[in-house]
Amino acid sequence: MSTLKFESQKVARLYFIGALGLFLGQILFGVLLGLQYLMGDVLFPHIPFNIARMVHTNLLIVWLLMGFMGSAYFLIPEEAQTELHSPKLAVALFWIFLVAGALTILGYLLVPYATLAAATGNDLLATMGREFLEQPLPTKVGIVVVALGFLYNISLTVLKGRKTAISLVLLMGLWGLALMFLFSFVNPSNLVRDKMYWWFVVHLWVEGTWELILGALLAYLLIKTTGVDREVIDKWLYLIITFALVTGILGTGHHFYFIGLPGYWQWIGSVFSALEPIPFFMMTLFAFNMIQRRKREHPNQAAVLWTVGCAVMGFLGAGLWGFIHTLSPVNYYTHGSQITAAHGHLAFYGAYVLVVVAMISYAMPLLRGREAAPQRAQNMEMWAFWIMTIGMGVMVLALTGAGILQIWLQRIPADGAAMGFMQTQDQLRFFYWLRIAGGLGFLSGLLIYLSSFFVGDKDERRLQTAAA
Amino acid sequence: MSSGFTSQAARNIFYGGTLFFVLLFAVLVFHTEQRIPERSKAAEITPAVVRGKHIWETRNCIGCHTLLGEGAYFAPELGNVYTRRGPDFIKAWMKAQPTGAPGRRQMPQFHLNDQQLDDITEFLKWTNGVNTENWPPNKEG
Repeated sequence: MSTLKFESQKVARLYFIGALGLFLGQILFGVLLGLQYLMGDVLFPHIPFNIARMVHTNLLIVWLLMGFMGSAYFLIPEEAQTELHSPKLAVALFWIFLVAGALTILGYLLVPYATLAAATGNDLLATMGREFLEQPLPTKVGIVVVALGFLYNISLTVLKGRKTAISLVLLMGLWGLALMFLFSFVNPSNLVRDKMYWWFVVHLWVEGTWELILGALLAYLLIKTTGVDREVIDKWLYLIITFALVTGILGTGHHFYFIGLPGYWQWIGSVFSALEPIPFFMMTLFAFNMIQRRKREHPNQAAVLWTVGCAVMGFLGAGLWGFIHTLSPVNYYTHGSQITAAHGHLAFYGAYVLVVVAMISYAMPLLRGREAAPQRAQNMEMWAFWIMTIGMGVMVLALTGAGILQIWLQRIPADGAAMGFMQTQDQLRFFYWLRIAGGLGFLSGLLIYLSSFFVGDKDERRLQTAAA
Repeated sequence: MSSGFTSQAARNIFYGGTLFFVLLFAVLVFHTEQRIPERSKAAEITPAVVRGKHIWETRNCIGCHTLLGEGAYFAPELGNVYTRRGPDFIKAWMKAQPTGAPGRRQMPQFHLNDQQLDDITEFLKWTNGVNTENWPPNKEG
């Protein structure tokens, strides 16, 4: 007997496996970057820091997008109570996305970036060489094509089936994501204008449209694992995303303080981004509240842990670590320091990595024909959660310490007394070693998580045989 | 939450609130657009500055450096490097890379010709003049 309500949900499996593979690649490059902070010439000139960093961040974006798509393919048929419009299109788009992504990463690693740019039409329409948007033009066009095909597929599925709050919010988030990505093709020759529109992609993704996706996925996971009434969950979901967009849209202003835009953004950005933790705090309350009111004990306790972990760590990373440097008088000193790196890591992990892993952890057993993974595999997953989370915590505290010392030495003293950038970096080595330790901890947690997929089948079969 | 407050009501608040703030943001961005030419000294964006920005992008400089505080945090801020080091140092530095000092962070050699070195320096000179509300706090960036 199938554990899936709809056959076409199966396409999600490909996306989840692809996402986890790229996740591992992202972390391996992350460890290399951490080492290069301490031993500057490691792998130079074969993989210079800027190339490794581009691979690290681009893999993150691609695997999270893959995770969002897989989640949508799994969730939408169930919410709409109908088969996916075209499972074949979903499979084809997966392979196109994976191959385009792999070719892009190989291009970064094997071809000098300037040569890659010249060979891929960057002289016709220059879009490359801006942080996170480094992809060659054909890759950017490919992302748009894959996104349109994906949105067509799930939108038609929702249109022909039941329309729930979760699927509508998810659709709005995904359409918004695709729409904002179009600004990656906007690259005015005035750097100030370029930077402003660049944030339309970067900020309005992670502190805008992606929060809709996050909210919808959390709501779905909580309905499934707690059995709480939809009406209650829907109300929470709409309130959370209202606060997310009401604070997050004008919160964009916290990126406009010192890049050449008018001074009034310091007021707008400070006020609205100071409120940005609210929706994340509501997500934490939401998760605990629903679990308290649960109507069933779901056998997949690992998925429940990842879900609650996401609600808590998202608040700490995006909410708290965002707040510590978001007010403009504070940001004047912290802007572009290791504090920014600390916040970036914890926010992406807490909010987006964990929600995708929670979805995978919930859906994968069902895709493999059982309601939950065997107990031994679930125990490994829970160990993995704690090891990854503590590893990330060590990294983030180390980077925060590095940031505070950097600001103290390099930013606060006046001209003449302030220490130069590279001399300051030499003073931060203790924290960078600590960061490496945290990063290796994170990697081992991830390896435990990945191996949990291969554990416990035998025990289960033995039990079944004994029962028979 | 009280039972009088329905999910439809919550949904309508979401649509209304979002629409209001999207429009407000659009108005502010429109106003900001008018101010950008003066604040960024757009009249000083010469063809050399435009070419310099293209070199900046196609060598992925942002992958190590920050520019006006944005980018990677591995190498020094370059928004004010024109003030900190001056044009001759910038060009000599780029020609001398990598230093090859063992264990130290290495900058790649980009094989830029004299014209390209002039262009990137012009770009950094122009960037140095952008009104950044007095950021960074001191010349170390």
